[in-house]
Amino acid sequence: MLDNLSLLVEFPAITLDVVLNGLLIGAIFALAAYGMALVWGVLNIVNVVQGELVVLGGYITFVAVQYGLHPLLGLPLSAAIMYGVGWLIYRGVIFRVVDRDIFISILATFGLSILIQQLANLVFGAEVRSVDAALGSVHFLDGMVTLANVKLLAFLLAIGAGAALWLFLRKARLGQAIRATAQNPRAARILGIDTDRVFAATYGLNAALCGAAGSLAVMAWTIHPYMGLPYTIRSFMVVVVAGVGNVGGVVAAGLGLGALENVAGFVLGVEFQIAFVFALMVLILVWRNLRAARQRSHLE
Amino acid sequence: MSRLSDWHIAALLALTGIAGPLLLPALVTQFAFLWLMIVFAVTWDILGGRMGYNSFGNIVFFGIGCYAAAVIQRDMGLPYFEGLALGLVVGTGLAVLAAALLGSALLGIRGHYFAIATLGLTVASGEIAAGWNYVGAGSGMALPLYPGALGERELFFSYSLFAVAACCFLLCRWLYSTRFGLALNAIRDDHDKADAMGLRTTPIKIFAWCIAAFFLALSGGLAANMIGFIDPRDVAFAGATFGVWMVLMAILGGKGTLWGPVLGAVVFHITQEIFWTWLLGWQRVALGALIVIIVVFFPQGIMGWWAERRARREAA
Repeated sequence: MLDNLSLLVEFPAITLDVVLNGLLIGAIFALAAYGMALVWGVLNIVNVVQGELVVLGGYITFVAVQYGLHPLLGLPLSAAIMYGVGWLIYRGVIFRVVDRDIFISILATFGLSILIQQLANLVFGAEVRSVDAALGSVHFLDGMVTLANVKLLAFLLAIGAGAALWLFLRKARLGQAIRATAQNPRAARILGIDTDRVFAATYGLNAALCGAAGSLAVMAWTIHPYMGLPYTIRSFMVVVVAGVGNVGGVVAAGLGLGALENVAGFVLGVEFQIAFVFALMVLILVWRNLRAARQRSHLE
Repeated sequence: MSRLSDWHIAALLALTGIAGPLLLPALVTQFAFLWLMIVFAVTWDILGGRMGYNSFGNIVFFGIGCYAAAVIQRDMGLPYFEGLALGLVVGTGLAVLAAALLGSALLGIRGHYFAIATLGLTVASGEIAAGWNYVGAGSGMALPLYPGALGERELFFSYSLFAVAACCFLLCRWLYSTRFGLALNAIRDDHDKADAMGLRTTPIKIFAWCIAAFFLALSGGLAANMIGFIDPRDVAFAGATFGVWMVLMAILGGKGTLWGPVLGAVVFHITQEIFWTWLLGWQRVALGALIVIIVVFFPQGIMGWWAERRARREAA
């Protein structure tokens, strides 16, 4: 463990490689986290099935590529199909738990997460899957730093999607309805907004963002049926750090998490990377709680 | 339920626990798992039902119990029963210590943040155990063989788990009738008001988690020996099976009631034993669907449904 740490200190180029690759992967986390922030802010539920939506998006691209589709076209395909899947999940389960106790929605989406994870395991098998987008990679510093072009693309697309989402929420009619519902559902209903349809559209939009993230994940990284929960926890962490309704903060936190996780994976060993993600989440919640407690004692 | 039928159920369960394994020797292991499930549901309900802290992390204490027993039995070179006894003592000690330490860090977190934090705790523990060579890493640990005659082993663990379940239930029943039980309910109903009334909420919450941890670790050491093998993610820190089942059973029976968790555990375990083999590889898919259905359509549980029905009949 310490060997790897000293390696990072002695060879800055390796550090640069690990950090840059982490940052680029972090863009995928940011993409999934936009969706979670949206659903959290508007429907007031913590969507534990988030990660499974990412994994499903990845599998859609994987299957489409098997049938001869170009990987890059798999991205809009995944997003479009996942919009429909999200709409179905909302109509089937979510709308029944929206106005109930928040633990009910956590447990219900956790159940959905187990359901989809196990279905994916049965349908697609337990193998680790990935898709070669055949875009090559760039090398610099004498080949010490290697960045796959598809990761750069994923990065740009994630930033672009964030900007598009920001514009959509401010300018588009539906986006304005979503923001109005998030601020005050009752007032929105009085003003003639069909909040049920807004909820369904928000959840569908979330699933589409996850689908796009999954499609990028299968090209830039790998996909596996049991990889859902880590994506959920990453999104949750990013939203807790950045706050609901802060698109810029989500990008920053997502990229930071990607870099941190990649460095931790390099130093601790890949077998502890998932443990690091979950432990970090617990630590962030504890820290957040301590900070809140300190603020309370200042008020007294 | 009236006082009389209370005692009827208790007598029936006690009779099942003592005579069941002898009368139906083919089902001894099923009986042992039934008692384990009752421990799971009753201990989950201390926080989840009575105190309003919905935890996905209780399984961590079960896992600590499993691993402590396995390591002690492997490394101390003691005869079987001495090793098991020491393993159980060390396991419960470690689990209670962990509950006190984790509790003082986590139990200040409220609502859904607590639920997600404990979920993270479960997965992190499983992943750490799966990467740690000292405890066998991903390939898990095998426990020593039971020295007695064939068939005696199942009987032994069935009776010990029954004893643990009975003690756990009786202790909880007594606790809920004391001021401590009322304090738990006060924390659930309005945490801030409970604070304002001068209740020392933090020690109360930590103590409640320690009780759950004690019984979970005890049953963990026994269950690990009964199963004979512990896998980090599928037995010890099995968040996606045992960890969710305990929540599900308590909700199915009716959380926050005395008999609800027991009833939920019995109904869930019997249903599972009947349908599980029949589902052929689709068990976990069915489990996911079952969680969604119970939580969405039946959140009040069997006891809640019963109370509603009786209230309606009395009103009519």
